[in-house]
Amino acid sequence: MTNDLINIVVEVMPRFEGYVYPNEATQQPLWGVLIVLYPYVTGLVAGAFIMASLVRVFNVKALEPVYRLSMLTAFAFLLCAPLPLLFHLGHPERCYEVMMTPHLTSPMAIFGFVYAWYLMAVLLLELWFDYRRDFVEWSDSTSGFQGLLYRFFTVGVTDVSDSAVQLDHKTGHILSIVGIPSAFLLHGYVGFIFGSVKANPWWGNVLMPIIFIMSAMVSGIALCVFNYLVLSWIRRKTVDMKCLDVMGMFLFYALVVDAAIEALDWIHRIYSAEEGFQVMQYMAREKLFYTLSLGQVTCGTLVPLILLGLLQLVRRRVPELHRRRMYFTSASLILMGVLAMRWNVVIGGQLFSKSLRGVMGYKMEFAGQEGWFMGAVLLCLPFVLLTVMVKLFLSERLPTSGHIPHREGGPPAFSPAKT
Amino acid sequence: MNRPVSRRSIIGKLGAVVAGVLAAPAAKAAKAVAQKLLVSADAPKDYHPTAHKWLMAIDANRCIGCGLCAEACKRENHVPEGPYFRTWVERYIITKPKPGSGAARGETLVDCPNGGINGYPEAPVLKEEIQHSFFVPKLCNLCQHSPCVQVCPVGATFDAPDGAVLIDPKYCIGCGFCIQACPYGCRFLSPVTKTAEKCTLCYHRITRGLKPACVEVCPTQARIFGDLKNPVPDDPLQQFYQNNLVIALKPHLGTEPRLFYAGIDKEVR
Repeated sequence: MTNDLINIVVEVMPRFEGYVYPNEATQQPLWGVLIVLYPYVTGLVAGAFIMASLVRVFNVKALEPVYRLSMLTAFAFLLCAPLPLLFHLGHPERCYEVMMTPHLTSPMAIFGFVYAWYLMAVLLLELWFDYRRDFVEWSDSTSGFQGLLYRFFTVGVTDVSDSAVQLDHKTGHILSIVGIPSAFLLHGYVGFIFGSVKANPWWGNVLMPIIFIMSAMVSGIALCVFNYLVLSWIRRKTVDMKCLDVMGMFLFYALVVDAAIEALDWIHRIYSAEEGFQVMQYMAREKLFYTLSLGQVTCGTLVPLILLGLLQLVRRRVPELHRRRMYFTSASLILMGVLAMRWNVVIGGQLFSKSLRGVMGYKMEFAGQEGWFMGAVLLCLPFVLLTVMVKLFLSERLPTSGHIPHREGGPPAFSPAKT
Repeated sequence: MNRPVSRRSIIGKLGAVVAGVLAAPAAKAAKAVAQKLLVSADAPKDYHPTAHKWLMAIDANRCIGCGLCAEACKRENHVPEGPYFRTWVERYIITKPKPGSGAARGETLVDCPNGGINGYPEAPVLKEEIQHSFFVPKLCNLCQHSPCVQVCPVGATFDAPDGAVLIDPKYCIGCGFCIQACPYGCRFLSPVTKTAEKCTLCYHRITRGLKPACVEVCPTQARIFGDLKNPVPDDPLQQFYQNNLVIALKPHLGTEPRLFYAGIDKEVR
């Protein structure tokens, strides 16, 4: 009843221009805001993991303060990644069929396995090897439910001898190496789900998986910057500027590559001007003007490029406070810009008819399965999970052994105490 | 410490490999039986899907745009009200070029209000300005390389051996991927069953020796239906191919539609 009332207020009748196939003339696009969130959240996972791998595999020592935060971010978002996909199904109760009887030519079917592999074989295991020694320590030093929880997480393995810890580090390192191609695979596959649809000229594109991987890395690093700054602010701790600068540097270079590939995609589309180009031109100019030109290109790419680029050139002359603000602004803008990019791909690809003769209108409703409210809840959920995880695994009250794979007794994982 | 490899373990492993190789055809046979059971969901028990190859063809020269086919389809298959169609009829109007414009033809106007069931409004241009006007019935293009079948994550939609492309409604998870993958807009997500739906060539009818509902009601025989494996004397399908040059829709996508059209313009897609 309430839903209906709200829908009456907010909903407008769909508008069509030109000719659309009768089956396309529905109120809402088939894939709505939930499918926008799905690649967005998955991309954040892949990006945050790559960010963590910079420490583990590529030995970027400056990023150690955010290593554990990045891993937990990846984990929290990965747990939420399939939810939008699940909720949008017509029959969510049959979702297990994707794993039980997969149709091997379908990108969506294989995604289930890639996801399971990434969650079980990479992220969970790596986190466990990272935290094992801490779990043993914390389960002794913490009482009550929390202590029990830590004891449960040790899975009964309480050997913290030097050789055992060494083995943990070694295994974690190997897992991290396996994890990088897995993260690429995870998000490349999401890109392939869209890139493989040859019926849709907006989607069917060989560059799509690469664009998705690059934008995932950009958004993931931006999310780590965002989380690090917010967490420091909440805990009233001084930000490790060296770490932040290095994150900013990686963010800048990832953004340069991402922007270059997306520009290449557009240049190719404009130059080859294949069938459907006219309708795409119309889409970019009219239907997606705000989310594409303003959201994705200007706010999400150009402004952060200028801000981060300036910081690369004249970093030393900018006071720390301003630098933090510039990084925070860039990260937030990039996060919004990549969300806009996912919107442009998913919704944009459904706003024109496959007859290439007409376009549809779309007004998001507030309530309902694919409404604002549902979208906001699903976007907030990983942050709620992350908060719980940070409380449990990054608590300031807990002693931490450090996670550094290559040397013993390095700085703590989240090094706040440099006031 | 390495354990010595015993003869027994080698024989055991070899046996497992041989059993696996032998099991493969058995698994295939089981799959065929399972698929036949599934395919025959709407068919009588004595129906053999491998003994037929059903096909439809459209002679657009004959279509008068009465919309009876679209209406019959909705009724026969309980297609939900609203923008949901397993078949529909489009009206094309190609205008004359504006004098002095240097163009060979004017613009192309397409419409299809309610699938053509309630007829069409007055043409939006004057009669004198129309160069060509014709109707095009649309339905599943029965692709040989169906993108919809390719992308289904659970294999709920499949190419039946008799030429129909079917969906198992008890198996479909309603993800909508097939609807996105169909270049012809022939599928929809049913608001009633929450599963994908499409033209089945009226599977429940053709497996009992009847024609699809749309073919049955067509007053001008614009829709031609037949069985390529069991041609009748003066088979209408064979005559259609004999007498017409035909084209398929969106051939550049490589879907190889088996549904052919005669008498349509390049503007149709």
